[in-house]
Amino acid sequence: MEAVAYADSPFRTQARYLAWRSVVRTARQPIMIVPTLVFPLFLLAINASGLSAATEIPGFPTDSYLTFALAFPFIQGSIFATNTAGTNLAEDIQNGFFNRLQLTPMRGSSLLAGQLAGVLMVAIVQAITYLLVGLAAGAHFEAGIWGVPVLFALSFAISAGFGAFGLFVGLRSGSGEAVQGLFPLMFVLLFLSSASLPRDLIQQDWFQTAATINPVSYVIEAVRSLFVTGWDGEALALGFIVASSFFVVSMIAASFAMRERLERT
Amino acid sequence: MTAAPRITDRASRRRRYIYAARTVFWRHMHFVFKRPALLLPAMIFPLFFYMAFAGGLSGLSDVPGFDYYDYNAFQFTFVLLQSAAFGGVFIGFSIGADFDSGITRRLFLAVHDRSAVLAGYGAAALVRALMVWAIVFGIALLTGMEVAGSFADLVGLIWLAVVVNVAAFLFAAGMMTRFRTMQAAPAMQIPMFMILMTAPVYVPRDLIEGWVATATEYNPFTAIVESGRSLMAGDPFHVLLAFAAAFGLFALMVIFARRGLRKAEAALA
Amino acid sequence: MTDSTKLNGNRRDTDGIEVIDLVHVYKKGPKAVDGVSLRVGPGEIYGFLGPNGAGKSTTVHILTTLLPPTDGTARVAGYDVRTEGRAVRDEIGVALQEAALDPFLTGREHMRLQGGLHGLVPDQIKPRADALLERVGLSDAADRRVGGYSGGMKRRLDLALALVHGPRILFLDEPTTGLDIQSRTALWEEVEGLADDEGVTVFLTTQYLEEADALADRVGIIDQGKLVAEGTPAALKAEIGRPTVEARPAEDVPLERLEAALARFGEPLPSDHGGAAVRLAEGTGELAEVVRALDSEGIEFADLQLHAPSLNDVFLAKTGRSLEGAGEEEPTGEEPIPEPAAA
Repeated sequence: MEAVAYADSPFRTQARYLAWRSVVRTARQPIMIVPTLVFPLFLLAINASGLSAATEIPGFPTDSYLTFALAFPFIQGSIFATNTAGTNLAEDIQNGFFNRLQLTPMRGSSLLAGQLAGVLMVAIVQAITYLLVGLAAGAHFEAGIWGVPVLFALSFAISAGFGAFGLFVGLRSGSGEAVQGLFPLMFVLLFLSSASLPRDLIQQDWFQTAATINPVSYVIEAVRSLFVTGWDGEALALGFIVASSFFVVSMIAASFAMRERLERT
Repeated sequence: MTAAPRITDRASRRRRYIYAARTVFWRHMHFVFKRPALLLPAMIFPLFFYMAFAGGLSGLSDVPGFDYYDYNAFQFTFVLLQSAAFGGVFIGFSIGADFDSGITRRLFLAVHDRSAVLAGYGAAALVRALMVWAIVFGIALLTGMEVAGSFADLVGLIWLAVVVNVAAFLFAAGMMTRFRTMQAAPAMQIPMFMILMTAPVYVPRDLIEGWVATATEYNPFTAIVESGRSLMAGDPFHVLLAFAAAFGLFALMVIFARRGLRKAEAALA
Repeated sequence: MTDSTKLNGNRRDTDGIEVIDLVHVYKKGPKAVDGVSLRVGPGEIYGFLGPNGAGKSTTVHILTTLLPPTDGTARVAGYDVRTEGRAVRDEIGVALQEAALDPFLTGREHMRLQGGLHGLVPDQIKPRADALLERVGLSDAADRRVGGYSGGMKRRLDLALALVHGPRILFLDEPTTGLDIQSRTALWEEVEGLADDEGVTVFLTTQYLEEADALADRVGIIDQGKLVAEGTPAALKAEIGRPTVEARPAEDVPLERLEAALARFGEPLPSDHGGAAVRLAEGTGELAEVVRALDSEGIEFADLQLHAPSLNDVFLAKTGRSLEGAGEEEPTGEEPIPEPAAA
């Protein structure tokens, strides 16, 4: 039997195979999934209890710090997506699997799309878990049932953005350690935001300025608005714009890095 | 592994012990100073936490019942003790890496008393912690932190941090001599993180609600943090209790580390 | 060999490799390939032999389009590697020095992925994968994750993956490094089968003399980026010299009788072991004659040894160094991309 091939393996076909691989290998590595669920929830449990007094601050928007803080794990979980996507790709480069892919007709764009599939799989599991655990622990979800798809869409957009950034770093550096080294930077971005208190209640001017400049504040506020306020058009619009812009910029950077890495004659 | 010949002269034994510990100490310091990527996170993270907590959560000082004199100082004390604890744990990474590479086996073969190897690492942990405290203290003062305690109070606070650092180091040493690989790093970090985060981090104990409030009642680190804050405020409170808790942890960890060392010696023999 | 794995049996004239004055200089300086010229005919097994750091892997990376040449030309399957890389990749199968497999996927899943990326029709992938896995002896392990495979199993899977899309030319970069004798022999048999039965052209790099000797129709010896010798293993060895026979007489046999008997077969040589030695005039085939002659004259011997030149002797003659133990770490095929400032 002679091998019969398509004249040109379309992007869709390649992306489907690579996405399947990304999902399978992510699912087979519990270490990629469990800590990204457990650690943010643990931190939420600590903060919800330890910072419950914050609701006494005049002007605090809710009487439940748990409801206020539930946005935090969504963002923190998305940061782990940077690791997942970037580390997997960097490992492929380091161990030579990338060379194997280079020797096929594979397009770089299909590899990027495929890698993000694994990220989005984890994002789905995370979003469902955080929401269910938060509601079970007593948090309110002001936006109601119609807010759930919006919450998930926002969460996916954020995860995709961080995932694409991880792909960029993985491709540029070819090193899993470099991707891991991003984690503290991401943590800094997360904390120098309105994650712990609303921006207008931050007393230190420099911190308030930093939180205002920090795009992570807007995605946190967008997610939070669904829990605390319900339907805040401005917050949601800003959150989606920031998340989408981050995703687009990161994907462009990742595409350039892919073109360079995938250089073949 | 054959036993080293007995050295009967006490002064000579002491000299050899110090020499061995100093060699391990210098090797570690030389190694990390040549690789800023290893040194900087341990320095930057405490600074970052101070800025994030003191800067981002300063509004908590408006909560009714919060009567500490300065939120910056409130958080500085926690960050100091947190960096003392994590500074001890970070050295565990180096111990684990040296086990992975086989250098620890060489060190164990070379020295008469193998606890000198751990002593060297412990000294490095303390020196690194002192450097971090100096930097964080300087930045905190520059950014407006008020110090209400006297010089003696601050010395007491530093001593408390030293005991915490040594106890944490001994915990890390005990873990790493048992697991003998850097892969076991989460086994060190997670318990330490849980102990630290179930102390009164953001507000005083009486303003905490929920399960963390219960946890703080039983967490020995609570006494240490509260006493440290009282020293910072110039109003020492339960200092003896705090030192007792710290020394109690220290004593436990000495036993833990010694037993770990015996296990490591047996495994490498 | 099952029919379902048989490639197109018609060998084409273009199923070969042609390299003219190939040069590759890395960005940081080393000239890894320095004017190599060679030609591999369709269906031939060409052994590219040399120590570590000689330029073997760099040459393979160029011919498989992973690296552009700095100078010179190379055509694989009739296509220029520099300008027709896509077409080259469609015609070649490659098993690089590292097996480079995903430890979390099974063998069968690897075949599915590789077949899919090569654009195989979906309902052909499974039967083809099954047949190739059986061919390389991995049917039983096909549904186990590759992370649990031995080195030999990984190499066999690597070979199966290189064949999934039916290539005409196969590149094997040190395929048996680190394998035990059994695994190595099994792989050799497989490679021979591909060339003999299916007309696949094989370009094989190796640092093992016996591998080149056993497998290759022709051998090219590379050292420090240059091709220092090329030919069939027998011809290369014959260039260096003829084999010698050395014998030690039994206790009661005078040495002079043995020397006189051996002298009929070639040029006498000094012996270091208290015996007699001669360089055979006709070659290895004379050994049987030597034994018969000694037997017919009633000359008993305590020990008889045949010393034939090896490819190592060829390398030694051409370079002044022994192939075994020579060489250093070869630059990898990838040129480092600068670290990003942000990370």
